[in-house]
Amino acid sequence: MLIKKLTDANGLPGNEGEIRSIIKEELEGHVDSMLTDRMGNLIVTKNAGKPGKHIGLSAHMDEVGMLVKRVEDSGLIRMGLFGLDPRILPSKIVVIGKDKVKGVIGTKPVHMTKADERAKAIELDALYIDIGASSKEEAEKSVSMGDFVYFDSEFTEFGEHKIKAKALDDRAGCGIIIEVLKSDIKTPVTAVFCVQEEVGLRGSMAAANRVSADMFVNLEGTVSADMPPNEDYEKVTVLGDGPALSLIDRSSVYLKEYVNKMTAVAEENAIPYQFRRTGAGGTDAGNYHTAHGGTPVIGVAVPCRYLHSPVSVMDKRDYENAIKLVKAFINKYGEEQ
Amino acid sequence: MAVNTALLKKVCEIIGPSGHEEHIRAAILEDLKGYYDDYKVDALGNLIVHKKGDGPKMMLAGHMDQIGFMVTHIDNEGFLRFSNIGGFDPFLLVSRRVVFANGVQGVIRCERLDDFRKDLSQNKLYIDIGACCGDCAKKLVKIGDIAVYSASCQVDETKVMTPALDDRLGCFIMMEALKQLKAPKFDCYFVFTVQEEVGLRGAKTSVYNVDPEYGIAYDVTLAFDTPKALKFPMKMGGGACIKIKDNSVLCSREVINLMEKAAKDNNIKYQLEILEGGGTDAGAMNISKSGVLSGVISVATRYVHSDAEMCAISDIEDSINLTVKVLEMGA
Repeated sequence: MLIKKLTDANGLPGNEGEIRSIIKEELEGHVDSMLTDRMGNLIVTKNAGKPGKHIGLSAHMDEVGMLVKRVEDSGLIRMGLFGLDPRILPSKIVVIGKDKVKGVIGTKPVHMTKADERAKAIELDALYIDIGASSKEEAEKSVSMGDFVYFDSEFTEFGEHKIKAKALDDRAGCGIIIEVLKSDIKTPVTAVFCVQEEVGLRGSMAAANRVSADMFVNLEGTVSADMPPNEDYEKVTVLGDGPALSLIDRSSVYLKEYVNKMTAVAEENAIPYQFRRTGAGGTDAGNYHTAHGGTPVIGVAVPCRYLHSPVSVMDKRDYENAIKLVKAFINKYGEEQ
Repeated sequence: MAVNTALLKKVCEIIGPSGHEEHIRAAILEDLKGYYDDYKVDALGNLIVHKKGDGPKMMLAGHMDQIGFMVTHIDNEGFLRFSNIGGFDPFLLVSRRVVFANGVQGVIRCERLDDFRKDLSQNKLYIDIGACCGDCAKKLVKIGDIAVYSASCQVDETKVMTPALDDRLGCFIMMEALKQLKAPKFDCYFVFTVQEEVGLRGAKTSVYNVDPEYGIAYDVTLAFDTPKALKFPMKMGGGACIKIKDNSVLCSREVINLMEKAAKDNNIKYQLEILEGGGTDAGAMNISKSGVLSGVISVATRYVHSDAEMCAISDIEDSINLTVKVLEMGA
C-alpha cells in the first residue's frame, strides 16, 4: 500500500532523499519529466504542452522529528526538535541516522520526581535519547552530532477505516498527488514535492519561483480536533467527514471563486467534503499564492488526529475521497478555457 | 479643491475584507472611468490602473481590503463562531455590530466568563444574528461567509469617522489625485491592492506586473494625540504624513526628499512619521522583485482597526495635493 510505504520511510527537513526516491520510483513511466532542484524539491510534469489549464499540485516530503545535538559523557543524547512539542516525547521509541540505531526517549522516573514536578509538563532539557551506550565513546561509534532522529512507528490499520502512522503530515499529500499522476488525467499538471515545510515553508518558496501555473492545489494532512473536551466549534475538522477545504489560514486567503469551483466538483461527483474551520496554521499554498504576479490557490487536506506525533490517525476514506476530488477537479477545470 | 466626501463615504461603506475585494474594485474602476489610459485586474484581484506619463515608472499602492470576520462554525442554537481576517483586539470587538455581504446584521458578544478581564480571548466570542436555531442561521449565512463592522461613515465639516478608513482612505486619495493629475513626470500605475491586512500580499505580486522604479503606498497611520498617548509626532490635522519608517519599511531617502520638496515648494502642510508597529504595502514593494525605491504618504488616524477610525478632512486634502505635486514634479 502506497501510504504505508510513504509513512514508514523517513524524511526530515533537509534530509528528504529517501522520500524523493520512493516518489520517483512510483512515478516512473507515468510522467513526462522529473527534476530535483537545488534545494531538493522534486518537480514533476505530466501532459506538458497539451491543451488545457495548467494546474499545479504541491505537497511536502518532510516530517517532524529531531536532530542529535550533543552526545554527553554518559552516552546519553540531547536533541533539537523540528516542529515537535516536547510534551509528546517521553517514552517514545526512535531510530537515529542512516543505520537506524534504536533508541528510547528517557527522563527521570516517576519514583524520583517530586509532586510539583509531576504537576508540570516535562521540558526538553529534562529529556534525552538513550541508545543503550554507557559512555560517549561507545555512543559515538554509532551516532554523530547532526544525525537525524525519527520516530519508530509502523503504519497500522485499526478500527473501521482508520490508520495510524507517523508523518501523515504530509505523506498523505504526497500519496494523493502520486495517485493523481498515475491516473488518466489529460491536461497539463506540474506537481511539486517540497522540502523543508515544517521549518518555515522553505522549499515551496524556491519552487514557487520556478513553476508558473494557472492555479495551485496544495495537499496537506491537517489538524483534526474532533475529540473531547473540545466544543463543536473547536473541531477544526472531523475524521470521516471528507477532505477539508481551506478558507483562510495564516499564509493564504483562498479566493472564494476557486473554493467554489472545488465544492461544485465535490457536489457533482457526490464526494463528501468539509471546510477547515480555523484561521490558524500556514501551508505552502501561501508561497504559490504570492509568487510572481500571484496565483490562485486551493487547499485540500486530509484530517488527522494527533498531528505532529508518531501516532497520527486518519480515516482512509478521507484520503481516498481527496484523490477522487483532485482527479475530478483536474478533469473538469483542466479543460476549461 | 474641496474633498469629495460623498465619494469617500461611498468607498468606506462597501463591504470588502481581504480576499473579497470584488465590490470595492468594481466601484473604484467605475468611478475612475475616463481618467486612465488602460487598466488590468491580476490573478489575485489587484486593480492596476495606468496613467501614462513622461518619466520613470511609479507604482502607487492603496489597499482595497479591510479587516473582517469569517464564519467557521454555526451551532445548533444558531450562534456563529468566527475567525479573524486581519488584526483585532478582542476587547474592542465585544458588542460591535457586524454586517454580512448579503445584508444580514449581527452583533459580537462574549460567552459568560468567570473573569472577563482575564479570560477574554477571540475564541470566547460569537456572532449573534438573532436566528432561532442552527437551521434558521444556516439559511442566512454559511461557513466561510464574511462580515465586517456594521457602522456608517460619518462626515462633518472637519473630520471623518468610519470603519474601513484603513484603507479606503488610501484608495480615495489615489482616486482623487488621479483625477486632478495634469502632466505627470512619472509613468504612473495606480494599484488598488488586495490582502494587505493579512500580510501585504497584493502589493508584493503587483510589483511583478508593474515592475516600477519608484513606489508610494497610501495608508492610515496612528495619531498619537489622544489623552496619555505615547510620544510620537503624528497628529490629526497636522498635515499629510511623510513616513520615515515603520515595522515593514525604511523609506527610501530619494522618495522622502521628493515628497518634502514637493510639500515645501507648494506650501502643503506635512508632518514626518515614525511608527514602531505596523506595516504598509510599501514594505512589500520595497523588497519585491529586485527592489523598489519606496515611500508612504499616510493620514494620521485615531482608533485604527475599530469601527470609529477618525481623521481630519484637511489632512486628506493635503495628501491629495501632495500626491499630485510629487507626480507632476518628477524624480
